[in-house]
Amino acid sequence: MKILLNNREEEFPADRLSIKEIMDIKSFTFKMLVVRLNDRSIKREEYATTCVKDGDDLKIIHLVSGG
Amino acid sequence: MPTFNQIRAFLSQKTIGIAGAGGLGSNCAESLLRCGAGKLIVADFDRVSDANLNRQFYFHDQIGEKKVEALRDNLLRINPFASLQMHFSKVDPDNLKLLFSTCDVVVEAFDSASEKLMLIEEMALQLPDIPVVAASGLGGWGEADSLKVIRSGNLFICGDEYSEVTENRPPLAPKVRIVSNLQADVVLEILLKDFK
Repeated sequence: MKILLNNREEEFPADRLSIKEIMDIKSFTFKMLVVRLNDRSIKREEYATTCVKDGDDLKIIHLVSGG
Repeated sequence: MPTFNQIRAFLSQKTIGIAGAGGLGSNCAESLLRCGAGKLIVADFDRVSDANLNRQFYFHDQIGEKKVEALRDNLLRINPFASLQMHFSKVDPDNLKLLFSTCDVVVEAFDSASEKLMLIEEMALQLPDIPVVAASGLGGWGEADSLKVIRSGNLFICGDEYSEVTENRPPLAPKVRIVSNLQADVVLEILLKDFK
């Protein structure tokens, strides 16, 4: 499947993957993340159960302290 | 492009929420008020300290004052007729709706990443139709050209996403104020989108 990951096209050798699986493959280990799938907010508890499929727009954004 | 008077008249009908009155919130409020924002609702539970003066919109003679009160005084010096609703309170999931449900847009201006995440997630849950303009990555100095705006539906995140504030990467006026003004500019972008 081909998806848009952080505005860049990415290809994965699977039809569907959970957000957690994509995070593992792409090494997103940071603890404070905002995850948006097709502009919808995804909570941490839903990473493992939310499926990403071909054509989806996934954003994984780092939140760091400072203000 | 509309004239400034037209922009000011249009913005005077708008309400902007600002969660936090530190480096991001105080400077963002200043810029938005100068543009003519009708009403600002600001919530913060901290007091002005000496360490804040390297970047926040406060003055030496305000040390010890509640930030929301000092900010009100400073903003009223820019526009004595401004409508300001200041809350000396910590924003949490229980009071978020009460504070910000009348806003056209809400600015996330907290310090800690976990508080930022709380606001972003709770806004999406409780007030999903109100756009949120957050900030992430503004510590230190230099490489200001890597500052950007990430857009996802109703969520906008300003900063470089990586420059965390630490002991050796302190928040300093130039970058903090660039990012807080980036947030203010995104607020204008959101509010003026439908301006004809």
